[in-house]
Amino acid sequence: MQTVRVGRVDEFEDPGRKVIAVGDMEVGVFRLDGEFFAWVNDCPHQGGPVCQGRLFNRVLEVLGTDQSSHGRTWDEDNLHIVCPWHGFEYDVRTGKHPGMPDIALTPVTVQVQNGEVHIVVE
Amino acid sequence: MDAQILPGQPMPVQEIDTKTDTRDILAHSRKHAEKAGYADWLIIDIDAHHVETASWSEIVTHIDDPVLRDQAKFYHAEKIGAPPYGLNGDLGLRYQDVGGRIPHQAGVSEAVDDKSVHRDVILSRRAMQAFALDYMVIFPTPMLFLGLHPQTYMEVVLCNAYNSWLCERVLPHDPGLKAMVVLPYNSPEEACKTVERFGDKQGVIGFSITSTRHKPVHANEYMRLYAMIEETGKPLGFHAGYHWQDPSLASCNSFLGMHALGFVWSNMVHMTNWVLNGIPERFPKLNSIWIESGLAWVPFLMQRLDEQFLMRQSEAPLLKRLPSEYMNTNCFYTSQPLEAGNMKAVECTFDMIKAETQLLFATDWPHFDFDSPRVIYDMPFLNEMQKRRILGLNAAELFGLEIKPHQRG
Repeated sequence: MQTVRVGRVDEFEDPGRKVIAVGDMEVGVFRLDGEFFAWVNDCPHQGGPVCQGRLFNRVLEVLGTDQSSHGRTWDEDNLHIVCPWHGFEYDVRTGKHPGMPDIALTPVTVQVQNGEVHIVVE
Repeated sequence: MDAQILPGQPMPVQEIDTKTDTRDILAHSRKHAEKAGYADWLIIDIDAHHVETASWSEIVTHIDDPVLRDQAKFYHAEKIGAPPYGLNGDLGLRYQDVGGRIPHQAGVSEAVDDKSVHRDVILSRRAMQAFALDYMVIFPTPMLFLGLHPQTYMEVVLCNAYNSWLCERVLPHDPGLKAMVVLPYNSPEEACKTVERFGDKQGVIGFSITSTRHKPVHANEYMRLYAMIEETGKPLGFHAGYHWQDPSLASCNSFLGMHALGFVWSNMVHMTNWVLNGIPERFPKLNSIWIESGLAWVPFLMQRLDEQFLMRQSEAPLLKRLPSEYMNTNCFYTSQPLEAGNMKAVECTFDMIKAETQLLFATDWPHFDFDSPRVIYDMPFLNEMQKRRILGLNAAELFGLEIKPHQRG
C-alpha cells in the first residue's frame, strides 16, 4: 500500500476535483459538500477518462399526482461525474451509474489529515 | 516531507472540453493499444467522420455550376449566422452531445499549428495514432441527410463539390486516409457520372449512399449504377442516418429514442428491398457494406425475412437461398455502435452474420457513441485470429489494402 499526496484541502474547489497520476494509475479526487471521494479514472464502459469529464447534477423528471409529466429539473443534492467519451454518468458520492447501479467506478481510499488530502493505492 | 508519502502528479488535462487535443481525449485508447501490442496488428476503421461543414466555404468553391458556386461564395462571405449553403439538416444534430456532456461530439476545436496540410488531415492523424489505426475511412457528417434534400439537383451539386474537395484537399495528403465517395443517389444517371469521375482518384476505395432517403434500392433505374460499381471491384456502402421528421419516428420525444430506432430503420428497409429483390443474385460480385447501424438489427431481420420468405417465395422469385444466407455472404457490416450489453446475444449475432469474414471494425470517431478497438479486443468468445480479422484483415481483403506479413498474426 502506498500513500500519495493529492493536495491541500484549500486547493480544492467545492464542488471540484483533482485528477492525478500515480505510476500507471490515474485517480480522480472529488470534493463535494466538504467531503472527499476518490475513483479510478477508468470508465467501466470502455475505459474512458471518466474523472476528466464534466460535472452535472442528476436530472429528474417532474411528475404530477396523476403521473403526468411536467418536464425535467436538476437534483441539487446529487452531483454526477460524466465520462467524456460516451456520457456514462456516475454519482460522485457512490460511484454508481444512476440507471444501473451494478455499473460503478472503482473506489480509492481517501484520507484527510492536517489539511492534506491523501489517497492510498496498491 | 514524510518519506512514506509520494507526491501525485497532476494530470495535464483536468477537465476535457471541446478544445482538448484529440490525443489527450483518447490517451486511454493509446495506452490500451501499447499494452495490447497493436503495432503488429492491422487495424482499419471503416467509418470515421469529419465535420465537413467546418470547411464548407472551401467546399462550395468546388461546385461545378458557376451560378450556384457564385451564390454560395457571396452567401458565405456576407450572410451573418448562416447555416452551410445549400445543405439541408435535421433537428437531432442539436442534441447529439447530450447537453454538453460529450464535448468531442459538440466540436473538435483543438489547436492545430501545422498548416502544411488541411486541418482535417491533422485531426484524423491524431485519432489514428490514438486508436493505432493503419487506415481510416472518413465520411462527412451533416451531409448524411442529403438524401432528403427537397432539391434533387442540389444533392448532385453538393456531393460532387464535396467529393472534389475531399479528393484534392484531404485524401492525397496521408496514405492512411481513405474514402467511399458519396453518390447523389436520388439522380441515378448523375450517380453513374460520380463513379466515373471519382472512382479512380487517390484514396477512393469504394462508393457510398447516405441511407436516409425514400428511393427504392431495387428500382430499375439503379441497375446501371450497380453494374458499374460491380465492374470497379470496389464495395458499395449504405451509411445509416436518422430522420426525426419521418412520420414513423415523429412520436419519439427524445434524441435517445429517435436515434436508437432511426439509425437502424433506414438500413433495415434498404436491406429488405436489396435482398428480397435479388440484387445479390443480379450482381453477385457487388459487395455491400451496411454502415453505422450496429449489429443487433441483423439477426432480427434475418429471422423475419427467412420466416416470411418460406411462406411467400413467389413474391421473391429471384432468391435461390434464404435471405439470411445472402445477408451473411454478400453483405458486410461495420461493428459500431456494438451493442454489447448481453454477451450471449453478441456471440449469437457474430455467429449469424459470420463475423469472422463479414464484420469490419469501425470507430465512428468523433461521435458520441464511438467505439475503440478494445470493444473487439476484449470480446471473450473471440480468439486472436478472429479479432485480427474483424479489426483489419477482413477490411483489407475486401478493399484490396496491403497486409504486411507481420500483421497476419
